[in-house]
This record gives sequence, C-alpha cells and structure tokens, in this order.
Amino acid sequence: MPSFLREFFKRNGTGMGSLMLGLVLFWTVGLIILPQLSMLDFSFRPNLPPPEIGGPRDVYTLENYKYLIYGPEGGSQDYNAVDLRVFFRTLVAAVCVTVFNLILCYPIAYYLAQTKGNHIRIFALMLIIPYWINEILRAFALRIIFGETGVLNNMLVGLGIFDTPFDFIRNDIALYAGLGYAYILLMIFPIYNVIESLDRNQIEAARDMGASWAKIHQRVVIPYAKPGISSGCTMVFMLSAGALAAPQILGGPSSLWFTQLIYQQFNDNSDWPQGAAYAVVLLVTCILLVLAVMRLFKVNMGDIGK
Amino acid sequence: MSAGVGVDLENLWIRFGDFVAVRDANVTINGGDFFSFLGPSGCGKTTILRAVSGFLEPSGGRVLIGGNDMKGIGPNKRPTALIFQNLALFPLMKVWENITFSMEIKGASARERRKRADELLDMIALPGQGGKLPSELSGGQRQRVAIARALCAEPDVLLLDEPLSALDLKLRQHMRTELREIQQRVGITFIYITHDQGEALTMSDNIAVMRAGVIDQIGDGKAIYNDPATAFAASFVGENNVFRGKVKRVMGNEALIQTNRSGDLVARISSANQGRMKEGDAAMMFIRPEAFALAPKGATGTHFVTAKVNHEEFEGNAFNIFMEGDGGKELKVSIPNLGQSFEDHTGQNITLEYETKNAVIVPAGELAAE
Repeated sequence: MPSFLREFFKRNGTGMGSLMLGLVLFWTVGLIILPQLSMLDFSFRPNLPPPEIGGPRDVYTLENYKYLIYGPEGGSQDYNAVDLRVFFRTLVAAVCVTVFNLILCYPIAYYLAQTKGNHIRIFALMLIIPYWINEILRAFALRIIFGETGVLNNMLVGLGIFDTPFDFIRNDIALYAGLGYAYILLMIFPIYNVIESLDRNQIEAARDMGASWAKIHQRVVIPYAKPGISSGCTMVFMLSAGALAAPQILGGPSSLWFTQLIYQQFNDNSDWPQGAAYAVVLLVTCILLVLAVMRLFKVNMGDIGK
Repeated sequence: MSAGVGVDLENLWIRFGDFVAVRDANVTINGGDFFSFLGPSGCGKTTILRAVSGFLEPSGGRVLIGGNDMKGIGPNKRPTALIFQNLALFPLMKVWENITFSMEIKGASARERRKRADELLDMIALPGQGGKLPSELSGGQRQRVAIARALCAEPDVLLLDEPLSALDLKLRQHMRTELREIQQRVGITFIYITHDQGEALTMSDNIAVMRAGVIDQIGDGKAIYNDPATAFAASFVGENNVFRGKVKRVMGNEALIQTNRSGDLVARISSANQGRMKEGDAAMMFIRPEAFALAPKGATGTHFVTAKVNHEEFEGNAFNIFMEGDGGKELKVSIPNLGQSFEDHTGQNITLEYETKNAVIVPAGELAAE
C-alpha cells in the first residue's frame, strides 16, 4: 500500500476511509470513466439494428469519424461542410464567450476580493441567488428579455433608439449573453479566491513605486491571479462548448451548436455510434485546446486545483 | 552631499469616523535625519506614516515634503518610498526585478535595470543573488532586498513601518546597525516607525514619542531618556521606577515631592515642565534602576529611599534588586557587576541613594502599559 493511502486510512479509520475511498472511486470510475469508455467504444462501431449487435458486421470501424469530415458516402460535397462549420463555429464562439466572461468577471472578482465590509456579502448574494433558478428557466427568461416583443426591444423602440425591433436572437446576441451569464460564477469565484489571498501591501507597494493601475494589474495582480484565471477560463470554455440548453432556447434558427448535432444523432437519428463519435471529437478537441492555451500561458496543471 | 529633504507635519489631524487617530501633530523633521515615531501599537504612528506616504488624506492640517504641500498628491507621485512591515516583496518576481520595479515603471531597459540591481545588491551585501525568488532568501536577506527596492526609486524620504519586527532578536540588532549605516551612506531622510524603544534610541537622530494619537515629546534619544516630558514618555522609554506624590515645594529647577511611600524626596523638574509646576500639584518622580546606589543602612534625607527587598537576581553584567514599590509595582535597582562581593538582601530593608540630577519630576499622568 502506498504511504499516502496508509496515511489516509490512519487518519480516517479503516471503515470511514474505505467508505470515502469507495465513493470517490465509484464517482470517478463508475460515473465518469466507464461511461466515457463506453462512448468511445460506441464511436468505433457501426450503427446496427439490435439483432445484429455482436454479429459478423459488428466490427471496429472509423466510419463515424470519417462521416464528420467527408459527409455521407456518395454525397454531393467533398467535405461535410455543414457539420464542420458548426463544429468550428462552436469552438470559436466558446472561446469568445470565455474571453468576454473573463473581461467582465475579472474586475468584479477583484472588487469583491479587495473590498471589505458587509455590502460585499450582499453583492455576492445577489450574484448567487439567481442561480437558485434552474438553467432552462433562466434561458427562457433571457428569451423573454431579448425577444422581438421582449422587454429590451419594447424599451429601445419606446425610447426611439430603434425604429423597428432588433432581432437579438437571430443575431446570436441572446445566445452569447445567455452563455456568458450561465457561467459567470464559475469565472468569478476562482479568480476571487486567488485575489483574496493577495497581500494588499503588494498593491500599495507597487503604487508607492509609481505604478499606474494598469501596471499594477499587469505586473502584480494578474500574475498572482493566473491560477484562478486559468481555472475559471477552463471551466467556462468547457461548459460553453458543451452547453445544450442555452443554444437550444436562445440560439437563432440558423445557428446550430455542435452539441445540438450530437443530440440530433442520439435522439432524432437514433445513431448512437455517430453521436458518440461527434462527442468524442468535441471532448478531445476541447481538452487539447485547453492544454495548448495552458502551455502558452505557462500554467501548470497543479495550479488549477488551487 | 545634499542636506536632504525635510518633512513637516502642521496641525495634522486624522480621524476615522468618530475615532481620532492623530490629534494635532506638529513635527519638523530635518532633511537627512533618521527620525523615529515611537509608541505602543494603536498610538497612531503608522497612520502618520500613511499620511506622509500619501495613502491617506489627513482630515486636517498639512503634510509638507521639502516645503511643498502634498495635498492631493498620490503615493505614486510623492518623493517617498515605503518599506512595509511585511516587506511586501513581489513573490513572483525575481530579486533583481523586485529591486528595480520602480525603474521598470519608468521604462528603463532590462540591461540598465540589471546593472542597477547589481550595484544595489553589492550595497546590501547580497552580490549575485539577483536571480533568486524572494522565497529563496532568508528573513534578513529579504529585509535588505526591501530596502534596496525602496532605495532604487531614489526617494527623498524613506518611510519604514516596523520593518524589523518579523526578525529574531540577534538579526534585529544586527539590522539596526546596518540600517543606520545605509542611512548615513545615502544621506536621505529616514522616517522610522517602531514600538521598540531600543531600535528608536540606537538608530535615531530624533524621536517623537506617541501615545493615543498625541505626540508627547520630540527630542534626541538622550533627551527622551534622561529628560522625559510626560509620565508616559518616562515609563515607555526604558525601564523606570515611579514615585507618586505631590509637589511640596518648588526650588528653581528642582522640587521637593511628598511621595506616597518614601517620604519627601528632591528631584529635578523635567525641562518641558520647568516653571509650570507649583505647590500642591499631583506629580510623579522617576528614577532609572541604574541611577540608584546602595547607601549605608539607616541613612535618611531627601535623596534616600528605604524599602524591603522582595527578591534579587544576577544578570551577569548587573545585580538586580526588586523591592516593594509604589502602587503595586516593584521598585527595580540595578547595581553594575564590577567584581565586588554582593550579599543577599532578600527580606531585609535596605536604603538606596540617588543623585538629584538623575531623578526627574513630571506632572502625574498615564503610565505606559507593562
């Protein structure tokens, strides 16, 4: 038994230790790793009717992956332009949502972390309480706000800023706002956590030496907050790229999210292997992208857990 | 070398809501001086420093640096550099980047900065350590890096907020000497905040003793120690024995005090209070432990004190005698160890004598907490 395990059992007792370890293993292996492996397995198999499963035609194949790139065999196009465009647009949009969220949340997190007093608790509560309402309802609420006859359009037209209502939904503004709003806390709290432990004297020292506010953030606060920023960005990016409810409800008729394609494969086409392949491609691409960005900004995996 | 830039506080008031942190402070700090604010925690000394550095706007009065009113001028625009109590080195920057941060802001090239960092590292006796992170240095080394970082900005006034308090005793004593040397080498004004009277006395040209937002006395170390202006200054700076009583007769610069426990004693009225004390005033007389000498048994008069010995201790350089004193406090006497024989007096009454010039009278007032 490795020493950290022995230490763990000594501290928690054999019974409690086994229970905790068992639950954690059940969670990671039973609920995450095994289903994902099963998806991976699905993605390499042809879509067969139940009687043929396990039969001679049930062999490993790359067909499902080829489909994403080349489209249906004998199709009119060389590439599966529709699905690929959706795939890349989803990634770019998720990156945009992440960057937008970071720009919005960093000042909020900094303010929350560096200001003392009771009003900060109220401020934090005001951020948290809307999250008691479930995601779908929040998305619908935004749809009501951004709709053609919605609150925002009524106001803008009423004030005479626009002559005719602006279509926020078709222009994807509602979608970006919805995705941004959905994950705002996941960006604020990791950054808040890190900045809260930053010694105020360091900010004052930098100021005392003549640094402007921009310079203080560039040289002192942001380098210090980097683990929190990367952890927040990773979560927001992964969840935005994998979001389903917000694109479904807030997306315009012509703008599909890649997750909606996956959903269609599973649900409408009953093509689980195809859906699994799409899901695996999305997951692997997102992970590689996150790792590449972490490498670019010199963030260690260990820092994310801080 | 220039005479340095002075700092003046004129009728300075600082309030936080109803709380008065600094009450009508008037201080003139000469250019090139090592000036200390000495007082217990919460006396407002750090508040004064923050007002000088610009992190805090005074509620009333003025801060002048080099004769210029600093009102409305932010900390990044003042010719001051502050060394924080916890040093506040940037943990993610290397030592040389820390030291030359002020140059980076002015847009100096990396080469210039490295060169300057090397000069300063030589000055603080840490050559070749520029590439390390602050966390890789010892406490004393970090201390010196903080000084170098502050000096790199070439301030006219260096402000130090109890920078030695985190160090252990040996290092602290060593850094006192080093700080004083650095100050004399660079010749700029140092304003030093401390609650440690040893630090203040050993390093400072002048000291302001503070109590509860009020400056009790300003003077050089000898004046503060030998000629305290208030009961607080007398009891806060160094060890002192208090005798409470009232003025029986004023005789020029001396007075006869009728003490509560030790009969009538004569002492010198402290300079700040001469001409201000009159018959019947409540007064306190202070005599330092080292100002007493053993007197022949039974001697009486206005410079003899007799009391019972509670216990004695041998400190190496001195024999300490603790006797029943005034107001529940023990009377402490230190007799220097010059190799003489020394008998144990525990439980006996002994008589001590002092010279009038070594006993000082101030108006009765608040004593420093032990």
